[in-house]
Amino acid sequence: MANITMTVNGKSVSGEVEGRTLLVDFLRTDLRLTGTHVGCDTSQCGACTVHVDGIAVKSCTMLAAEADGADVSTIEGQANADGSLSAIQAAFQEHHGLQCGFCTPGMVMAAADLLKKNAKPTEAEVRHHLEGNICRCTGYHNIVKAIMAASGQDVSQLAAE
Amino acid sequence: MPKDSGIGASSKRREDVRFLTGQGQYTDDINIHGQTYVHFVRSDVAHGKINSIDTSAAEAMPGVVRIFTGADFEGIGGLPCGWQVTDRHGEAMKEPAHPVLAQGKVRHVGDPIAAVIAESLEQARDAGEALNIDIEELPAVVDMKAALSEGSATVHDDLGDNLCYDWGFVEENKGAVDEAIKNAAHVTTLELVNNRLVANPMEPRVAVGDYNRANDESTLYTTSQNPHVIRLLMGAFVLGIPEHKLRVVAPDVGGGFGTKIFHYAEEAFCTFAARQINRPVKWTASRSEAFISDAHGRDHVTKIELALDADNNFTAVRTETLANMGAYLSTFAPSVPTWLHGTLMAGNYKTPLIYVNVKAVFTNTVPVDAYRGAGRPEATYQLERVIDKAARELGVDPIALRRQNFITEFPYATPVAVEYDTGNYVATMDKLEEIADISGFEARRKASEANGKLRGLGVNCYIEACGIAPSNLVGQLGARAGLYDAATVRVNATGSISVMVGAHSHGQGHETAFPQVVAEMLGIDESMIEIVHGDSSKIPFGMGTYGSRSIAVCGSAMVRATEKIINKAKKIASHLLEASEADIELKDGQFTVAGTDKSCAWGDVTLAAYVPHNYPLDNIEPGLEETAFYDPSNFTYPSGAYACEVEVDPDTGKVTVERFSAADDFGNIINPMIVTGQVHGGLAQGIGQALMENCAYDENGQLLSASYMDYAMPRASDVPFYAVDHSCQTPCTHNPLGVKGCGEAGAIGSPPSVVNAVVDALQSAGHNVTHIDMPVSPSRVWAAMNS
Amino acid sequence: MYNFDFEKPSTIADAVSAMAAEEAQALGGGQTLIPTLKQRLASPSKLVSLSGIAEMKGVCEADGGISVGGATTHATVAAEAGAYPALAALASNIGDPAVRNRGTIGGSLANNDPAACYPSAALASGATIETNSREIAADDYFQGMFTTALEEGEIITNVRFPIPEAASYQKFEQPASRFAMVGVFVAKYVDGVRVAVTGASEDGVFRWTEAEEALSGNFSADAVEGLSVSGDGMISDLHGSGDYRAHLVKVLTKRAVAAAS
Repeated sequence: MANITMTVNGKSVSGEVEGRTLLVDFLRTDLRLTGTHVGCDTSQCGACTVHVDGIAVKSCTMLAAEADGADVSTIEGQANADGSLSAIQAAFQEHHGLQCGFCTPGMVMAAADLLKKNAKPTEAEVRHHLEGNICRCTGYHNIVKAIMAASGQDVSQLAAE
Repeated sequence: MPKDSGIGASSKRREDVRFLTGQGQYTDDINIHGQTYVHFVRSDVAHGKINSIDTSAAEAMPGVVRIFTGADFEGIGGLPCGWQVTDRHGEAMKEPAHPVLAQGKVRHVGDPIAAVIAESLEQARDAGEALNIDIEELPAVVDMKAALSEGSATVHDDLGDNLCYDWGFVEENKGAVDEAIKNAAHVTTLELVNNRLVANPMEPRVAVGDYNRANDESTLYTTSQNPHVIRLLMGAFVLGIPEHKLRVVAPDVGGGFGTKIFHYAEEAFCTFAARQINRPVKWTASRSEAFISDAHGRDHVTKIELALDADNNFTAVRTETLANMGAYLSTFAPSVPTWLHGTLMAGNYKTPLIYVNVKAVFTNTVPVDAYRGAGRPEATYQLERVIDKAARELGVDPIALRRQNFITEFPYATPVAVEYDTGNYVATMDKLEEIADISGFEARRKASEANGKLRGLGVNCYIEACGIAPSNLVGQLGARAGLYDAATVRVNATGSISVMVGAHSHGQGHETAFPQVVAEMLGIDESMIEIVHGDSSKIPFGMGTYGSRSIAVCGSAMVRATEKIINKAKKIASHLLEASEADIELKDGQFTVAGTDKSCAWGDVTLAAYVPHNYPLDNIEPGLEETAFYDPSNFTYPSGAYACEVEVDPDTGKVTVERFSAADDFGNIINPMIVTGQVHGGLAQGIGQALMENCAYDENGQLLSASYMDYAMPRASDVPFYAVDHSCQTPCTHNPLGVKGCGEAGAIGSPPSVVNAVVDALQSAGHNVTHIDMPVSPSRVWAAMNS
Repeated sequence: MYNFDFEKPSTIADAVSAMAAEEAQALGGGQTLIPTLKQRLASPSKLVSLSGIAEMKGVCEADGGISVGGATTHATVAAEAGAYPALAALASNIGDPAVRNRGTIGGSLANNDPAACYPSAALASGATIETNSREIAADDYFQGMFTTALEEGEIITNVRFPIPEAASYQKFEQPASRFAMVGVFVAKYVDGVRVAVTGASEDGVFRWTEAEEALSGNFSADAVEGLSVSGDGMISDLHGSGDYRAHLVKVLTKRAVAAAS
């Protein structure tokens, strides 16, 4: 067992973990931050996406010990300081970019990662960036639309509905 | 003008806030003090005889609490099947035992042999590896045709062979159908496979069993689409726990698509074991485990014949299908290839004679049951593919051939025992031609050709039957449950309302859409109404959510209960306003006396009901709470027309969906935004089935597509923006909302148009390809082009 | 996962001594290793993380080539290997963004998955794989599926790529895993053309020498037209036959030549 300390959503946290403890398990079990989900075991679905030192990673494919000393943000830390939804979260609601909600935390974290690097992504760039995030409910239409809308683009003419 | 509240408004989803902020509570988010973890040790062979299980070494491992095997479940019920099909000879289907943990034999890869409970999951897995299990491998039954041949090994030795049933529908029509096909001017024949799929809701299944010794009460938290059904099946048939001592809770559930309807062994196990060890027991499936323990879908092999007269009118349809049941009968498995499939073989067409034969087959594979659409996609696929093939053989336009044979008068009684109440297939096809810009296709084809790509257009229609009912009829067809639903409307003293519904929302947005209906009826704000679902202890009863039934059946129950509320509230208002009850009107949350300016507010009446100081106690009880059960008199029949445009890369065979258009008739619509989203999701699953998804076994019964490394599902870059329209609306005539259901349409309606489009693209380039089985993968397209 | 000790050294020297423990294994980005551990298919006693070793990270240009630290992530190569555009483009399409943010070139080459992208770039470029103890030419390094010239405890510290006149990587993705079902890397150097193929063969990454000869004489897609690739020894699975993969090798080689820049 090893002691680790990291910043999660702006708060310093510490805990004792085994070598094999995954970051997602540390978040979900030790910190009770259950917004980060596990949807597969082959590192493909992206439901567990969080940011570590500002970049998106799959927390099911990273050891908790690797995040020792890191700055981690999760879905629980995405809302604005006053508790209102962030621009990305609000766009997901506005454009119905979620149904069952299970993949949603990973989608929001992936979207935040994209918009940090690319302020006005095209449809193709959004779809390419979501390569590692699987949604089974929405058919992606409204997720792509929500992310483009969150970047300030007019999405009203994107597709007939 | 779009409405901004009530029926027809695209109200934003209230459930979104918790999901978007990580505050949803899914079953795996539930942790109970003192909980243990169970790991199921599963068969790694498809078929084998269990000679012995030695648990002694494993029991001595660190953290092990208890180990269970099949022997611990002797004398305890097996998992029940909820539907009994009667075959064409009047015999009941063969119904094998389905033990919670394997007894004597293992029958598919993933069949649970033992369950290890430990203080941590890793300890349970460690101990699982220390079990000494001696299994003698037996020949595996995998291919359905081989399973029915003489001398095949048997999945269930006591049944004699692998045939579950041989079903004929409508049996009395068989001779006439045979005759019509013999005498037809043209017969088009097609043999096809409806590929086996895995539903893959993004949340894997989870079960947490808890037991309270103080009151002898068991609680199961589970990822279910229908907690009451689980309580009924598990309590009554497996564990013998009466309803009042068993609570089943399905909290936030991360998608279902059918695979979370069924009662699974893990649910029964966790409930049973929690009581045995007097501690909570938690099981969380890994995705790999889900692939070998969630019921699979589809897996039909069919030969269909379509007969036409000299004027291209359809005269008869005859089909022969082999339907894979897998190793055991999952909860509703027998109904899928029969009543949910045969009754839809008329499609949108006035074919006078239809005969459907289905042989259901046991194999050493994971059980197969309902997956989004369940039987209806299989029917639609066969019919719409064979029509397309017929049009090509006859050299006629596929749309024109469909139009010529459309049913145009309603109600319409099909030759396969159902009566379509309403529909307008011409209107949805007209709408499709408009939104898909069919007339612009040739120009787009030329543009694709200029880029070295083959472009194809495929069109199909679909009809589905939703809200399966009425209960007395489905009982005659073999259902072992009723198919009504229930709702309680509890009006609180201050006027806010809790509506307890038997439907379960796992992505469908009931928490938003259902209040829109009640708000519209009462004229109050949607925010005053809360939907409660998913907990058997809070809701009177319910049959859950599947088969696109929630709004048509449970929504109707909610309407009936709300009507009772209005009736009683008017009585109270008539007392408060000192007027005749007949003169009381309710509008915009105000009770008024017709022809006067006298009024009182919704809140005045609700407060009076709970503080009955000025109240007609002689005539009516205090309180304002009503329950209704609703049993529909018929199915609903959504329908539509879909078009797909693909590009095929002639060098690699890769198919890209360039455009997809869907024109649906769902009757009246409560929340268009949610309905559109349901269609989008269905389309992606249908496109996935058509192009990518393939649950495949090898000849030894090993699952080849056992993880996301090999089971291909659509990602964002695999699909386009869709054009979806549901402005064609022929309201259902037999439910109070005039609604039809929309959850499955996209998945039912899309696979044929994708395959039709690929065939069109290849034929346009001179390839003599008339059919490619799904999934139409690059390698299959390449093989077809080079055969 | 079976449990293991975890160590995160900050120098190559410390990593080498940590790797001396019995059954110790290096951990790059873990994007393949961690899923493998989850399936309990490996049971190292200790994982030695290479992610804290600054001297093994980054891309720099040197001697007409570029040098990529063994612990450099795909995302970093995509962003910083502009001097070798085909290599940067390859890195920018491995897996998905989150995988690219963790996965490393050293991890990919050490694992030598038959469907990984990087081995084709290393082999087609005639790269030099530098380890803590020696330099290995790419032609000597890859020794079949999941097999390399690395010795027990040896760590890839750096990879040197000579920059070609023109190059391109073309990948046809396996539809589920999105790994290369077939990937072809074509690199044209002054002294000839090298063509390396990943994803296709049961023996892992290989050079298509007939195409190299043809292209060295005439660097155009037409030069490959008359050649054929045999399906024998090609991977045949759910997603495609050996013959299909062989066909794709030729298609992608032509596309790579056409796209090479």
